[in-house]
Amino acid sequence: MKLQLKIWRQVDRNSAGKLESYQLDNVNHHMSFLEMLDTLNEQLITNKERPVEFDHDCREGICGQCGVMINGIAHGPLKNTTTCQLHMREFKDGETILIEPFHGAGFPVKKDLKVDRSAFDRIISSGGFVSVNTGQAPEANSLPVSHETAEQAFDSAACIGCGACVATCKNGSAALFTSAKITQLALLPQSEKERKTRVIDMVNQMDKEGFGHCSNTEACEVECPQGISVLNIARMNYEYNRANFFKHKK
Amino acid sequence: MNTLARKILMAATGLFLCFFLLIHFLGNTQLFLEPEHAQKGFNAYSKFLSNNFLIKGVSYLLYLSIIAHAIYGIIITNKNNKAKGSYKSDHRGRASKWYSRSMGVLGTLILIFLVIHFQNFWYQYKFGEVGLDPYGNKDLYGVVVASFQNSWLVVLYVISMIALAYHLIHGIQSGIRTLGLFHPKFVRWVNVFAVIYSIVICTGFALMPIYIYFTT
Amino acid sequence: MKLDAKIPKGPLEEKWSNYKKTARIVNPANRKKLNVIVVGTGLAGSSLAASLGELGYNIKSFCFQDSPRRAHSVAAQGGVNAAKNYKNDGDSVYRMFVDTLKGGDFRAREANVYRMAECSLNLIDQAVAQGVPFGREYGGYLNNRSFGGVQVSRTFYARGQTGQQLLLGAYQALMRQENKKTVTMYSSHEILDIVIVDNQAKGVIARNLETGKIEKHAADAVVLATGGFGKIYYLSTLAMGCNGSAIWRAHKKGAYFASPSWTQIHPTSLPQSGDYQSKLTLMSESLRNDGRIWVPLKENETREANNIPEEERDYYLERRYPAFGNLAPRDISSRAAKERIDAGFGVGPLKNAVYLDFSKSIKEQGKDKIAEKYGNLFTMYEKITGINAYKEPMKISPAAHFSMGGLWVDYELMTTIPGLFAIGEANFADHGANRLGANSLLQACVDGYFIAPYTIANYLAGELTKEKTTTDHPAFEQAASQAEQKLVSLLAIKGNKTVDYFHKKLGKLLYDNCGLARNKAGLEYAIEEIKHLSEEFYTDVCIPGDLNSMNSELEKAGRVADYLEIAILMCYDALTREESCGAHFREEYQTPDGEAQRNDELYQFISAWEFPGNTKEEPILNKEELSFEYLQPTIRSYK
Repeated sequence: MKLQLKIWRQVDRNSAGKLESYQLDNVNHHMSFLEMLDTLNEQLITNKERPVEFDHDCREGICGQCGVMINGIAHGPLKNTTTCQLHMREFKDGETILIEPFHGAGFPVKKDLKVDRSAFDRIISSGGFVSVNTGQAPEANSLPVSHETAEQAFDSAACIGCGACVATCKNGSAALFTSAKITQLALLPQSEKERKTRVIDMVNQMDKEGFGHCSNTEACEVECPQGISVLNIARMNYEYNRANFFKHKK
Repeated sequence: MNTLARKILMAATGLFLCFFLLIHFLGNTQLFLEPEHAQKGFNAYSKFLSNNFLIKGVSYLLYLSIIAHAIYGIIITNKNNKAKGSYKSDHRGRASKWYSRSMGVLGTLILIFLVIHFQNFWYQYKFGEVGLDPYGNKDLYGVVVASFQNSWLVVLYVISMIALAYHLIHGIQSGIRTLGLFHPKFVRWVNVFAVIYSIVICTGFALMPIYIYFTT
Repeated sequence: MKLDAKIPKGPLEEKWSNYKKTARIVNPANRKKLNVIVVGTGLAGSSLAASLGELGYNIKSFCFQDSPRRAHSVAAQGGVNAAKNYKNDGDSVYRMFVDTLKGGDFRAREANVYRMAECSLNLIDQAVAQGVPFGREYGGYLNNRSFGGVQVSRTFYARGQTGQQLLLGAYQALMRQENKKTVTMYSSHEILDIVIVDNQAKGVIARNLETGKIEKHAADAVVLATGGFGKIYYLSTLAMGCNGSAIWRAHKKGAYFASPSWTQIHPTSLPQSGDYQSKLTLMSESLRNDGRIWVPLKENETREANNIPEEERDYYLERRYPAFGNLAPRDISSRAAKERIDAGFGVGPLKNAVYLDFSKSIKEQGKDKIAEKYGNLFTMYEKITGINAYKEPMKISPAAHFSMGGLWVDYELMTTIPGLFAIGEANFADHGANRLGANSLLQACVDGYFIAPYTIANYLAGELTKEKTTTDHPAFEQAASQAEQKLVSLLAIKGNKTVDYFHKKLGKLLYDNCGLARNKAGLEYAIEEIKHLSEEFYTDVCIPGDLNSMNSELEKAGRVADYLEIAILMCYDALTREESCGAHFREEYQTPDGEAQRNDELYQFISAWEFPGNTKEEPILNKEELSFEYLQPTIRSYK
């Protein structure tokens, strides 16, 4: 199949970018979307042009490194699917595809389709962990966790950190990402001691990174490759209110 | 103040206003009575509201809520506009409901409506010249009936109530979750409640001008 | 050089505790004076960096991904083994040791394997404490599943994303240390060289992949936790960025490389569908519990799978291995698939796959039951191939997966360069010639959390009194300018072929001649061909862009340049090991019925390769003899 591509090209962080058009004639409909981009790059390199930089690594939907806006939709037309798992059979012959990087105040563009998502690392760093050193752990079965709780915690923990939630949010909010980690840890007994400080620290860090407010439009859940529920956000709100209500005087 | 705190303020003021709407609605159902009964009851009710000092306190809280809700709405929207990405091609809307994305626009419509609404009745009642009914109360009922002879005003009220309904459906669902209700079962109940509540109240309010327009 | 594995004295069960008793340690006040560089943030790298940070050392942690959380440990599906014996089914550290050593076809060190099994107990405790949501029973206690090659249930799992969950646990511990300023993260950085001063590893040269800037970093010890290099086959289950560059450059600086040719080929991956393909997606091995593997009896069959009658199907695994059938170990089922495909019975448009058929299970258990067990895998299969596997059989084929080989390390996980450690998949140590399922996550974790923190302290204790090496030392400047020169010369070639062209060609050569089955002629042919390919690469590769900005093609070119050299070493390794063991199958050395024939008399050793000083000369083979005091080598049989 043949495709018309319009791709965001930007030289570096400080430059302005723009859309450029490319023609691709030999696309196989079994190709993954990223393999289609590989093919384009092969063509560009052979023509001595600068290839398109894009984020990708595992190409099996778990590392969270890939992710672009495809025709204005995070990770493209399929719901709950990463860009690498999207295949060209979802597109029509002769179609024009517009490809832009995820971006927003919290996600500056580094080059072409590559985006700086280190804000997510800093959010985790501010409190998204259990303070247990290597060697301090008690016997694993000494703290039973019900099957349902473990499964719920897993549902929240499944986040791959791709940033589609931020990209698809009309407010550029990182609430889904942040709340998924807060919820996972709030559910588990082993991190009860840090429950209050964690939520406050993580919410403050999320704000510092310049992300917007969550207005519960629920779009993030639809585009999230792992289908993380928006109820995690409600849980974060609960944890936040609880932490403030029962705050210790300093 | 961080994003969550601002949203909590929005939710708290919004839900308080929702609750007020119910009271307002119940009081106003008197407009559907026979004209004589309606006039008597409605005017007496208005007088009670304006003279009771407890209600007065609540009404200041109400004004404050409206102002805070509007101001924080603007602050939040501003910050969101700075935070969001702008895309040359944007079909992000396929994943959410239009009204959940349009709370600012709907809110602005409601605010404009409120100004007109206050001017029509509240201002008239407080500062305008209003005649007395046979029982010696200010005849607000007469003002209402007179106003709704204007078909344009009726249309404006109906449209505003549609905007309000959508604003409320999302507002209640969102506000409750912002305050921290996360259990899937209760969230589902709240979602259903929000739809019923919004439709009942807004339809009721919209029917008032229509009823008066066609019956008098 | 005489290889000394430094195995501690004493009975098997006491070796590790004896080591810990006598190992030197560093006073807490002195720890912050010591710097350690950890390269890679997979399970091994991030768990080590976090653990050392907790102890108070100064850590610099490097990864090429944009965040440490994306390292490829994240993709492991199945689970992690631990001898907790929670199922009361007779499991023990010793039994796990036996299973692992046997599974590795007796080509691993007893002491290392035993230590891995021993440390597995603490690992589960640690992960649970970090908040890893392992599968639980309804009573709230941890659940286990069983995995190939063993008779007990010892595999802990978090649905099909165990690697992700364990990695996030380690990543969070790492981020916690970053917050405490004991760890400095260098994401989007690639290691170009290891700096050696007075025969000790004293730092690295790294390139910032975003700005293209070449940086020097000094330290008192360097740890490579860079994972496997299976991506050398181009088509593999690995991530696109996985590479062997750091360990290869360490090898060129003097670290021995052990058993490079031992690569595990996973039997159940999705087949290649065209030349454009970049990656082979793994389908969990668990599918073989209910799926039957077959190929048509007729060569060049053109009918659709569902139109081929039962009597014209060849269930070759059930035929050849009646006892284990479709559940035969990975190396055996991969090899059997290749045998059928090569004989012309492969299916699919490229004739490169075999069928994995669920029709019998669906008939017997019902579609719902199968959907409940494997629903997510069937969905994934349909997403990728567009085929509904409830209606027609899946097509699967073998794919390169795990590197058992890696840098040679002693019991302390130190390479032959003092101060340079290798942990996780980057070393060769614990799996022998074939890795058991769910042991890779285990090895990475125990190396990082429980072993290296002790052995590195033992080394660092001796460094305290020495004068600090800084990046002002001429060795840094020399290494940096050499690394830069290498990149500049690659950019200057300006030929006509893309980097991927060479990588794909290399991958095909290697897969055909040094993959599932090897023979002398093929390996010799491959060595010559790779040399030619390498010449072509250095004259005709085209790398656009420049050195001083983000340039993915340049990154790839550097990795492929190393792969071209590693590939030759792999072939020499396979060529000189004239026996079949585990994943290494030499066609000349098989039993009459086509099974692997090990030669314990002549080849009971680890091949540790030494770099001869330049790539023109043949690599130098050093042998570490293996002795088995506690378990006598036996023949693996799955018939």
